[in-house]
Formats: sequence, C-alpha cells, structure tokens
Amino acid sequence: MSKIGEGTKPQSQEKRDLLVLLERAQSRSGYLSQETVAELAESLGLSISEVYGVASFYSFLSIKPQGRNVIRICKSIPCYLKDSQTIIEGVRKAIGIKPGETTADGRFSFELTNCIGACDRAPAMMINDDVHVDLTPKKISQILKAYK
Amino acid sequence: MPEKRVVLANCGVIDPKDIASYIDRDGFKALKKALRLPVEQVIGEIKASGLRGRGGAGFPCGLKWDLASKAKGDEKYVICNADEGEVGTFKDRYILENDPFSLIEGIAIAGHAIGARKAYIYLRAEYRFLLDLLEKAIAQSKKRGFLKHLDIEIRQGAGAYVCGEESALMDSIEGKRGEVRYRPPFPPTSGLWGKPTIINNVETLMNVSRIVLKGAEWFEQMGTEKSKGTKVFSVSGDVGKPGVYELVLGSSLRELVEELARAEKVQAVQVGGATGRIIPGDMLDTPLSFETILGAGAITVFDKSRDMIDIVYRTMEFLAEESCGKCAPCREGTEAMVEILERFSKGEGLEKDIAVLEELADTMMLASMCGLGQAAPIPVMDSLQHFRGVYDNRISQS
Repeated sequence: MSKIGEGTKPQSQEKRDLLVLLERAQSRSGYLSQETVAELAESLGLSISEVYGVASFYSFLSIKPQGRNVIRICKSIPCYLKDSQTIIEGVRKAIGIKPGETTADGRFSFELTNCIGACDRAPAMMINDDVHVDLTPKKISQILKAYK
Repeated sequence: MPEKRVVLANCGVIDPKDIASYIDRDGFKALKKALRLPVEQVIGEIKASGLRGRGGAGFPCGLKWDLASKAKGDEKYVICNADEGEVGTFKDRYILENDPFSLIEGIAIAGHAIGARKAYIYLRAEYRFLLDLLEKAIAQSKKRGFLKHLDIEIRQGAGAYVCGEESALMDSIEGKRGEVRYRPPFPPTSGLWGKPTIINNVETLMNVSRIVLKGAEWFEQMGTEKSKGTKVFSVSGDVGKPGVYELVLGSSLRELVEELARAEKVQAVQVGGATGRIIPGDMLDTPLSFETILGAGAITVFDKSRDMIDIVYRTMEFLAEESCGKCAPCREGTEAMVEILERFSKGEGLEKDIAVLEELADTMMLASMCGLGQAAPIPVMDSLQHFRGVYDNRISQS
C-alpha cells in the first residue's frame, strides 16, 4: 500500500491543506479509501472523523471506488427544461448502469449533478473535467467512445 | 435601456491567452494609476461609484474595502469568489473564458487598496477546464511585473453549492467542510484564518479597473439611484437565444427576456437562481435592479407549457440536497417542503399543507444561519402568490 505522503513533502503538510491533499489523493487513486483517510488524519494530527467529514462533504470527492471516467449529467432546472431526462436515459442504456453505479469493467461511474454552468447550451454533462454541451441522445455513443 | 458592454468590454475582442492583446486595450493602466494613488483615494473612488457586490447580496464594495483597509493586522486577504454555483448562472464562466486579465487587474487593485499580499481565486470544481487558462494568465501578469505586490493563488472547490456563500467558502479554503459561520465577526475584520479579508464576486472585480480608469462619475451616471452601473445576466430556459447579456441596471425584465433572448409565451421567469424570485409573465415590465429583483443575474424562463409546481418542487429538492446541514431550520425545513411539494406535484396535496408551507417559510426565513435557508422558501411563497390556482387544483379530492 502506498503512503499518502509519497510525492509530497509530509513535513510541509498542514491542516489548512487538507482539502488540497484530499483532491490530490483522489486524482491519484480515483477515490479516498479508508486507509487514505486514516493516514492523512495521522500525518496532519487530525481525527479520522474530521478528515472523513471533509472527504464526504464534497460531491467531487468520493469515498467509494470510482470508474476511470466519471460521467456527471446535470439534473438542474435549465437542463431539465431541455430534456436532460432523455440524456440520462441514453447514457443509462449505453453503459448499462444507473446513476450512482460503476460499470463492472471499471470504465465508467455514472452520477447526476447540480448545475454545471452550461445552461446556455443545455442539456450538458461533464466527463471527468470535460464539459459536453448541446447534447442529444444520438451524440452519446460518439462522445463516450473517447473515454477508455 | 440598451445593452452596454462595460464588464464584457473585452470579451470576444482580446485573446484570453495573450496578455499583449489586453495591454493593447488599456490593460493594466488602471492598476498602474491605482498604485500611484494613496489607498484612501482608490477606495474613495470605488465608494463614490456606488458599485455594489454582483454575487447577489449587493453589499457596497467600497465600504467592504474600507473596513478591511482600516482593520488592524498586517496579514490580509483578497478572495475572488469564482464558485459560480447558482442554478442557471454561467456569466462568470463566460468572463473567465474570455477576459481573465481584467479580473486579475481588479484583484491586484483590491490587494493594493486593502494592503493584502495574498489573494485567492476560489474556482468551482465544475470549472476545472478553465484552470490552465487562468494559471497562464496569472503567470503572464507576473512576468510583466504587474503582481509584485500580490501573490494570486487559485484554490479549487470540490463540488458544494453552499461554498459560494462567503463564510462557507473561507472554511473550504481553510481545508474544512464548507459550513457557514456565525456572524459577526464579518470577514473585513475577521475572515480567512481570522484575518481581515474581502470576498468579491468575479463580476464585481471586473468593474474595478473600469472605475479606476474612467472615474466614479462616469460609472454612477449609469443605472438607478441605488443600482449603479451594468449587470451581466445569464439567460436560459425557454428562450430562442440563451446566453450572456449585459444591460444597464434598471432595464426591464421584458427587454432582457423578450427582446434580447427572444422568449415567447412567457408564463414566469425566475430571477436569481434556485432561491430567486418568481415573476409571472404579466409582470415583465419590472426593472432589474437591487431595489426590485436581481440576485446574481440568473434568469430562467418558463413558457406556458411548464408546470410551475413541478419546477418549484425540483428546485426545493436541489436546495435540500445542498443545505450544509449546520442549522435545523434550513436542514429540516427544506426536507419538509420537498415532501409537501412532491405530493402537490402528484396531485395529492392537502388543504392544510398550504398553511404548513407558510409556517415553515416564516421559520426558515427568520432563523436560518445563511442566505441559503433564509431564501429557500422564496420560490415557494412566490408561486403560492402568483399561481395559487395551480396549487388548489392539486389538492387531493379523496
């Protein structure tokens, strides 16, 4: 098991950097395991519950394993008005899982999210850090192909 | 009143990747001018302009700066709130994409004014795709010698609507859960790590270089008595031309949604996002200003085909999910409203539910710790006022 401090300088870690460190750990391992949370707590002199509290608060941090690519479809009102339901349904059919699940091959996690600030080109979704706009059910398979 | 590009003056004109194109358009002239002036004069100019915060609360910007400038302490902070999470808002994304330099210049002037040596841009996780562009813009500004007095660091959010609220935002930068703080003390005296701090919205800071360069008098000629300057609006929903529009404050909602964004058969418009006012279609002549309706400028249009109760129900679901959970009126109140509104959306409302909604609204508005809980009942109360008939039709007959 790799140590959370690897690649960073443990002595420079401070409590104030907790969120940044969690974001880094998440981008390295894809999620924040119990071990990661415990190690981080120890190295920063925080309780496990404090670190867990932060890790579980933010929707872009995950405390369960995630796929290599995370799909987040916007479910807020502006996208809803532009038939985001058909996009949610289209992705569900294309990858065979419901929101909140991860494909068995670990390729995709599927989530619904709140407004991503692309309402002028709704419906919209994010895959990892990329924003995809003006979606139609037909575009979905082509877009997903790019994510292995 | 016409469209007027003050904040957006450089958008689509300069190359956001190249600082030279910004400098060619008088870029950083305002900063050079401000650095030569006594800070009292810089703050005085912002105060005289009447510039108010563009993130929704509308607090006078110059007063905020003045408080932080006079606050004791040699360590002070500037925070740019780029956590644009309000539903239906995307103006700051458009600004960051097209003109990061004006923002950097505004932050640099703010830093000089309050005596901060460190500034943070708190960028929402959903806008991570803008990180590279912003970092390069900061690096270019530094290389050209514009940031000798101030270090600007970008901090990324991790997905939490409430972190757009300034005290939750500061907790998030401090590495904690983004939970709201009790106030007072207010940030200009005790903010980030307990130090004097100003938190300004992206759009507010965009106005700063314009005011410093052209003067308060030029700025305060635009707008109404208590709403000076322009406002950038994000228009979406049932419109022909969704997008970002900048208008002089005091312009009518009709001009924005019908003339510019080409809406037809308007049933209602929500102004200000999830917790914004719901304006019925027959009140489109309402002016957009701090005195009337504004928020952060999110404009969501609903045509006559929409079920307003369904819209309000889904909005409340969002607010319940994003409530940080620290105070009971908001945490429990939003959940209770979701439960009632869900029944109305299915035609299973009860006669007594209306009174319960009103009682919940009173408590939430009075006792919630921050704007989220205080404003969460607004769409419910507005829809009850303007669309009462729709609610009555959904009361279960059995």
